[in-house]
Amino acid sequence: MPFAPSRRAAAAMFGGLALAPLFGRVSSAERYLDVHGGGNFTPVNIAIVPFAGDSGPAMTTIVVNNFKRSVFINPVDAGAAGAAINPDAAPDMAAFRALNAQYVVAGRSGRGPDGRMKTEFRLWDVAAGTQAAGQQYVTDPNNSRRVAHIVSDAIFTKVTGEKGFFDTRVAFVDETGPRENRRKRLAIMDQDGANLRYLTRGDDLVVTPRFSPNAQELTYMSFGAEDPRVFLLNIDNGQREVVGNFPGMTFSPRFSPDGQRVVMSLEQNGVANLYSMDLRSRTTTRLTDSSAIDTSPSYAPDGARICFESDRGGTQQIYVMGASGGGATRISFGDGRYSTPVWSPKGDYIAFTRQAGGKFGIGVMKPDGSGERILADGFHNEGPTWAPNGLYLMFFREASGGSKLFMTDVFGRAEFPVPTPGSASDPSWSPLLG
Amino acid sequence: MKSFASMEGLKYAAVLAAALTLGACAKNPTDMAAVDGRGGAGVGVGAAGSATPGSQQDFVVNVGDRVFFDSDSSELSATAQATLDKQATWLNRYGTYAFTVEGHADERGTREYNFALGARRAEAAKNYLVARGVASSRIKTISYGKERPVAVCDDISCWSQNRRAVTILKGGQS
Repeated sequence: MPFAPSRRAAAAMFGGLALAPLFGRVSSAERYLDVHGGGNFTPVNIAIVPFAGDSGPAMTTIVVNNFKRSVFINPVDAGAAGAAINPDAAPDMAAFRALNAQYVVAGRSGRGPDGRMKTEFRLWDVAAGTQAAGQQYVTDPNNSRRVAHIVSDAIFTKVTGEKGFFDTRVAFVDETGPRENRRKRLAIMDQDGANLRYLTRGDDLVVTPRFSPNAQELTYMSFGAEDPRVFLLNIDNGQREVVGNFPGMTFSPRFSPDGQRVVMSLEQNGVANLYSMDLRSRTTTRLTDSSAIDTSPSYAPDGARICFESDRGGTQQIYVMGASGGGATRISFGDGRYSTPVWSPKGDYIAFTRQAGGKFGIGVMKPDGSGERILADGFHNEGPTWAPNGLYLMFFREASGGSKLFMTDVFGRAEFPVPTPGSASDPSWSPLLG
Repeated sequence: MKSFASMEGLKYAAVLAAALTLGACAKNPTDMAAVDGRGGAGVGVGAAGSATPGSQQDFVVNVGDRVFFDSDSSELSATAQATLDKQATWLNRYGTYAFTVEGHADERGTREYNFALGARRAEAAKNYLVARGVASSRIKTISYGKERPVAVCDDISCWSQNRRAVTILKGGQS
C-alpha cells in the first residue's frame, strides 16, 4: 500500500487505539490557545521528548519539523528534562515548567516481533499534571511517515481544538526547462515534501491540478493534440479521461465538495463562462451567461454557493452566486484586481490573488467581502490553496530563478518554503487522508 | 520542390524565433521595431528578398506573423490592424493554407485568466481576418495563456512582446 490507500483501509490502519491514562482522568484543563482570536496569539510551547525505540529518532524528527511550520505550536527541545524519561510514566512536570512548556510529548516507535511497527505517544498537560491524550498505532513499517503525521495531527487537535493538516498531500506542477518552453509535469508529495511521485511524463503541457474530496483523483487542464481540456486523473492507477465534450477550451476545474461535480470555465469565441458537469450522469449545466471572462470557480464547503472571478465589470473581481447560477454579487472592492478565489474548507474565508501597484499578493476576505487582509505580497505570488483545516494556505511565488511553493498561516504570521525538487507551481492541498 | 521550400520556411521560422528570443531584452528601439514587425518588409532578420513568394518564410518575414496588445487588452491597435491587413491580403492570395491563430498573454497576470485573455486576443485577430475576407473555416484558434512567452526577462520590454497573437500556417501549400 505505497500510495493513496482507500479511506476505509486507512481508517482501519491508522485509527489507532486510545492509550488509557496512566492514572486518573484525562486532563480537562482549558486550552491555551484560541486559533480564531486573531493574529496576536502566543504559540503553545510543547516539549518534545525524543521518542524511544528503533524508529523513535525518525518519528521525533518528523513531528518536530511539522510543528516548526505549524505557527500555533512551538516545539521545545526537551533537553536534559527529557533525558531519562520513561514513556510509560508521568514526567517530572516541574522540569518542563522550567522550560516554559505547556505540554510534553513522549512516546516510542519500533518494530515488534511480528514485523509490524508499533507507535505510541502520550501528551501531558504540564500545569494540570495529567495526561491530555494518548494513542497507539500499529501499521506496516512502510507507513512510518504517515504515522508521524497522524501523531502530529492528534497532538495539534488536542492543543488547538482544530483538525490537523499534517496527514495530507500536495499535488503541484513540476517545472523544468527554459521559461519560453517549460516542461510541466503533475507531481504529488506529502505536505512536508516526502514521497514525491510524478503523475505525468511531461509530453503534454499540464496546469492547475485540484484534488477530489476523497483525495483519490485530480482534475486539471492539459494541452494535447486537440483543444486544451479539463481532465480527471486517478492518482492510484493513472487512468485519465476528458471531462465532458465541450465545443471549446475548458480550463480552471474544481470539484464540488461532494465530489459529484466538476465546475470549470468553457471558452468559446473569446468569451469564458462557467459550467458544471455531473460526473455520474455526464449532464452539464451552464452557470453563467456573460460576454466576459468568468473563471476560477470554487464551491463553498456546503456546496450551496460558488465564488469565481469575472472581468464583467471591467477588471478581474470576485463574485459569489448560487451553485446553480443566477445573479452574482461582487464582493471585492479593494485596490487593484482580485482573482483566483478559493473558498476555505471551513467556510469562513475566501482566499485570493490580488494585483495592485505592480505586486501580486495572497490574501483572505470573508465571503461577504469584509475583513480583507493580505498575507503575502511581492513581485508575483499566485494561486492559493487551503489546508483542510482552513488555518493555512499554500501558494506559488515566481522569481527569475523559477517558481517555488510557500505556505503561511491564515493570519500571515509566518511563511515557510515547501520543499520541491525544482521549480513548482499550482499547488493543491489534499483533504486529510485519514 | 514545394515541400522543400516549406521545410526551408520552417527552418527559417525557427531561426527567426531564436533571434526573437535572443533579442528579447533588447531596449534599442530599432531592434524592437524589427522584432514586433513594425519594420516592414526587408527589415526582418536576414535577406527578406530571398523568400519565395507564397512560402511560410515569405509570410513570416514580409507580412509579419504576429500582432501585439496592450496590457490586459485585446484591442487591435492601428499597427496591429495594419499587420492583419497585410496578413489578410496574403492569406486571400494564397488561399490553400489553413492556419492557427495563437493567443498569448504576458506573465503579469494570473494563469487561468490569462488562458481566457489569450483566447480573446486570438479571437480578435481571427475576427479581423474574417472581416477582411479570409474564410473562417481556414482558421483555428488556441490560447496558451502565459505558458509560452517568447521573451523572458522580468520587465516591460519582454512583457510587451509576449502579449501577442501569432498566425501559424499549417503545413505547406498543397
